Formats: sequence, structure tokens, C-alpha cells
Amino acid sequence: MTSLADGDWHRLHPASPLLRGGIFVFALLGFVIANLRERLVDLVFGIPRESGDPLDEIYERGAVGWALLAAAVILIVILIAFTLSWRMHTFRVSDESVEVRSGILFRSHRQARLDRIQGVNIVRPLIPRLFGAAKLEVSVAGQDANVQLAYLGSALADGLRRDLLQLASGARQPRPGPGDLAPETPPPAGDPALMPAGSPLAAQAGRRQALNDYASARVGEFLAPELDPDAAPPESVVRIPLLRLIGSIVFSGFTVFVAVAIVALVVSVIVGGSEWLLIAIFPGLIASVGYYISRFTKSLRYSIAGTRDGVRVGFGLLTTSNETLPPGRIHAIGVTQPLAWRPFGWWQISINKAGHSTNDGAAGQAATTVLPVGSLSDVAKVLELILPGFAIDEPRALIQRGLTSRGGDDGFANAPRRAAWLRPFSWRRTGYAVSAGAVLLRRGVLSRELVLVPLARLQSVGINQGPVRRRLRLASARLHTVAGPVSATLGVIDVGEAERLLETVTAGAVASADSDTSHHWSRQDIDSTPAPAAVTPAGPTAAEVTP
Amino acid sequence: MAEQPVPDYPGSEYPGSDLPAAGPPGSDAPVVDTAAAVAPVGARLDLPEAGEWKRVSPKYVMVEIVGTVFFLLIVCAVAGTLWLLLDLVWAAWVGALIALITLISLALEPRRVRSIGYQLRADDLLFRRGIMYQRFVSVPYGRMQLVDITRGPVARLLGLADLKFVTAAATSGVAIPGLAEADADALRDRLVELAESRRAGL
Repeated sequence: MTSLADGDWHRLHPASPLLRGGIFVFALLGFVIANLRERLVDLVFGIPRESGDPLDEIYERGAVGWALLAAAVILIVILIAFTLSWRMHTFRVSDESVEVRSGILFRSHRQARLDRIQGVNIVRPLIPRLFGAAKLEVSVAGQDANVQLAYLGSALADGLRRDLLQLASGARQPRPGPGDLAPETPPPAGDPALMPAGSPLAAQAGRRQALNDYASARVGEFLAPELDPDAAPPESVVRIPLLRLIGSIVFSGFTVFVAVAIVALVVSVIVGGSEWLLIAIFPGLIASVGYYISRFTKSLRYSIAGTRDGVRVGFGLLTTSNETLPPGRIHAIGVTQPLAWRPFGWWQISINKAGHSTNDGAAGQAATTVLPVGSLSDVAKVLELILPGFAIDEPRALIQRGLTSRGGDDGFANAPRRAAWLRPFSWRRTGYAVSAGAVLLRRGVLSRELVLVPLARLQSVGINQGPVRRRLRLASARLHTVAGPVSATLGVIDVGEAERLLETVTAGAVASADSDTSHHWSRQDIDSTPAPAAVTPAGPTAAEVTP
Repeated sequence: MAEQPVPDYPGSEYPGSDLPAAGPPGSDAPVVDTAAAVAPVGARLDLPEAGEWKRVSPKYVMVEIVGTVFFLLIVCAVAGTLWLLLDLVWAAWVGALIALITLISLALEPRRVRSIGYQLRADDLLFRRGIMYQRFVSVPYGRMQLVDITRGPVARLLGLADLKFVTAAATSGVAIPGLAEADADALRDRLVELAESRRAGL
């Protein structure tokens, strides 16, 4: 236990207001530099200036005193505001909940119950990361319902995450583990966030030594791998080779779109006379380069590992994000393979979850993709981490067939032949199966897709039929889960089969909700089994699935 | 579950409903609509094992009709303005087409209202609606996040209320319109009670 999760009020990192206003500070700096650039050029290179700048103006009007006074007042106001904001921004972690109080004029007090935690995310944007600070975000279900602690010292954030997850897991006594055997890392000297609010700052002695330590600690943190060694197995279960990552981004639907745009552009230039197309498309093409680069850097240094408290997914080269999803927080899993990835045998895994991290660029791309690109064996390893009950052989074989089988009698209830009117290519493969606490929906033959919905997380089931499907004695089915990139729908299914699906899936959902204990996922290992199969890190068994 | 928690919930059966109750697959001899008439036997989506469906109040047809008539008036007004003032002849044709379709759907309104049904089963709420486009939804009680009761102006005059069963999934869409106000309140209390006894997290 770090001293942050002791039920007392604590303060954040003292530089938090500055770091939170990071963009604003840089904009201000940019504004000042832009206005004084000639003066700076003069100062550095000795090239004489030609025209005046605001400083000359002030000097000529004899308002130097006033200008200095104004600058001093602004500085003092900013300083006071920052100090106040820091002093008023406190948080508390108790056994039941995490609370944050903030605001100077408009006070806010937010409290989140620990057993409702959907995920704990540690984000290190580039600039705070250079200063050794990190943002810890506790997501709970709902719109804008996250509890943010921005910013904490990097090591403290890691420690607090461990404590939060341990408290939330319902394991009352401290667990014996490698983390508790290792000595606590000494906190950086002079970090008041560690001390209870109101206590004096650290001693002044040995300041130079502390500064030295600080610098080396920063460098160490910056270069260290994203997974902290005490809370996760040191190795990520999946590695994405650089070439595969580049390939996966190049062979995407977006590239087709870009290629069409380029062709349109070339044609319009050759034909001539339509400059508007050039104006319309060219900026978009330049922006698409930015999109590629951002996709690339976001997926770089990807890591996924099982911990005792769920799956930990890490991303990012410069700005890093590292999210822990406790067991039972994943509402739907989609494993997809676009046509262009088929020759390489690559797959992508995305999930639906109830809590959404607010700070993830690229339209939530990173937040819901747990495996950007991976081979079939990588998929098996990741599914073993995120899907309860996958370790058993029978459902594993079923998932294997769900991914690659062409259809037929393979454990899935497939659509009948007459469905070819509506799904001319994929009707053989369009079907569902219920196994090991999850519903599997399989569809698509050009772009293959397998959707897995854990029954305990399923919200409701619907079956629909319009006039066309009625003539064909077909229906469509949909499993309702929380919103996300994965949609669990089945376009064609036999009428009788649809009715059966409604009954069996509903019964399964009721039964597995009764036996579900994932709101306190570790409470069961106090009296029974040591750890649920869902969170066991991938062992050598995962390799056996490799085709 | 030891006892079947079918609520004693009076006044929810509307005897005026002539839509056949769900029976065994072979017994749907009475032709319900044209779509069923042309489709082969058993093509219609139905839940043969499901029990008696509770129907919504026949008075709800009035609410739908008033809404449709308002829509019709607006369409006519817009089309008429475009045609007479701006001399756009196509607007008259489009307006007439929309009005025709609306009138046909107005004629089907009573049947569509009769197709709305729900039943409280042991562990889940079953909901159905639609004739041409049928939809069945089953929601386990434990997934309830909240129950919403709303009353529109026309429905309030007729003493009706709409009940909405909200889960964490936006797509669930279980909304039972046109319940008598007392029934809606009783059903809400019953649902909350059932959900409480089968509490599941998210």
C-alpha cells in the first residue's frame, strides 16, 4: 500500500495546474515569440531589426514602468491562481470509493464507488511525461463520469493504481505477491503529493543529490517499458513487429479511400479544367499523411499482459496510455479480418466497454482496440486474457472454427441455404453458437468477423423480421450490449432458430448473471480458487492453438 | 424460482383485441395480414411457447391518429405553400404522395397498436411490436437501469402513459406505449421490485 490510499485527503503533483494548462502555456509562449521574433533574431545572430515590435512601442511611449507592473501583476495572479487551484484540488481513496474535490469558485466533489470501476487508465502525455508526471483516470460507466487525477508523480500513479485495483477487487488483506516483497521505491524528494495535506515540505538538505536522483529517475522512467514490473508479468504476451504494423496500416480501408482520391486527382489534372477538385482533395491528402503517422505512433510500443486485476493494454510512443480492465468489464469482443489482411493472416480485436477514457485521440481508436494487428496465435493469446472460460479446449476449438471455417456442420447454427438470397457469399458462415458463458456470432466471408458477447454482460436480445425475410422464412437477431465499435448482429437466421436463440440466450444471460461475481473479482479467491482462469497470464497452452 | 412471479395486474387484458394469441405453430390458421397470407406456413416470427401476451389500451390508437393527423396537416401546409406561393408543381406531387402513404398507415394504425404486447416471465420481460416489421425483445429483469414513465398531451387526456424500460444498451428499445396510468404505475413498481431481487451489476 502506498500512503495515498489510506483514506485521507491528498494533493496532486504541485506542477499540475501548469501541466493541465500545458497547451495554453505553449500557445502563450508561441504568441510572445511570434511577436518578438525579430528581437530574438537580433539577440542571437546580431542581424539588425528593420521595423519596431511591441517592446519598442512601449519603450518609445515611456510606459516601461507600467508594462513591468502589469507583467508582475499578471504573473502574481497566475501564481496565486495556480497555488489555490493546487491547494483546493484534493483526492481521497477509501475502501469503498475514490473522491475528488476541486475548483476555487465553483467547487465540485465527485465520488465513484470502487466496485463500479470499469477501468483504470494511466496516461502520460509527452510534456508531463518529461517532468515525470502521469494522469490517472478511473472510468466508471456513464457519460463524462470519469474521475481524473491529473497529475501525479509517475511512480505514485503506478502505486495508486495497484492499490485502487486491490481495494476494488474485494481482497481485504494485502496480497502476498512479488510486488509486496520488493521494497517500495523511495518517492522523489520534495514531492508533497505524498504527504497528507498540510504537512511541511521535505527537508532541504541534500538538494543537489536529490536533483541528481530526479534527473536519473526521469530518464529511467522515460526509457522504461510501460508495464510496471511488480504488478504485471514483465513480458507482454504479444509483440507487433514493425513491418506488420506498417503493413496493417497501409493495407486498410482508408488506403483504398486515399487511392481513389489520388486517382480522381490525377484524372482531374489530366483532363484539366476542374481546379475545384484539386482544391477539394489535396488538403485532405495532406491530412491523411497525418492520420497515418498518428495511427502508427499510437500503435507503436503496444503491449498487453494479464495481471491479477485484469488485462493491461499499453500504447503509444510519445504520449503513452496504459489501461487496466478488470475482469468482467468487457461487454463485447469483435475479431475482424479485412479482405486485404487475409493473405497475411492478420486479425484485429476491438471491444465494447461501458467506461470510456476521455483522453484518447484518433476518435477513440486506441481506447477500444485491444489488438491493432496480430496473427491467429496472437488472437488466441489475447482472447485467453480477455474472455473468461477461453482456457478450456472445447470453446477454444469453437472460436478457431468461428474465425477461419468456411461453414458447414461445425458447431455453429448456420443460416439455411435460402439465406443466399440476402447473403450470397457468406450465408454458409453466418451463424451463432453458445459456449462457455459467451455467445459467438460468426459472419462475413470476404471480410471475416467473429463477435463474442459474454452472457453475464448481455443487456437484452432482440429478433426482427421484415417482409423480405418473412417470405424467405428468415429473421435477423441482435444482441444488445453497451455502445461501442462491435455490433453483435446476425443478418440472416432461420425463423425457428431465431426463436430458439432468443430463449436460450436469455436463459443463459439470466443464469450467468446470477453466478457473476466480477464486481468484486478477487473476493472468491479468499475462500475458493486462487485466481480465476480469465486473468491467468498466457502460459505455454496458448501456443497450442496456433494452426 | 419457486413461484412464478406473474403479477396480479388487473385490467391489462383488453378483450377487444382480435389479434390471435400466440399458439402452436400449426394453429395460426386465421390470416392476420397479407404478408402472412403469401408467406409459407411458419414463416412468421412468433414465440409458440410464450404465454399470454398483455396488450396495450385500444385507446392508444387515438394518440397515434392525432399524431399522424398533425403530421399530415404539416405536410399539406408545406406542400401547399410551396405549390401555391412559389409555384413549385413537384411539391404538390411529393406532398400528395406523402399524404397517401400516411393515410394508408392511418388505416393500419389500429392493427399496429394491437400488435404491441408484453409479458412478464419468470426472469425476463418479453416485448413485441409490429406486423409488417416484427420485433421481439427479451430483457432479463436484472439488467434494468431505470424505468421511465412519460405522458404526452393527448395520452394524458385519455388517461394513458408510456413506459420505457432502460438498460445499459441504447439499442434495447423496450418502450410500452399506451398503458392506463394506474397500470403503468403498477407495472413500474413491479418491474423495479423484480429487478431488485435479481440485481446484476453492469
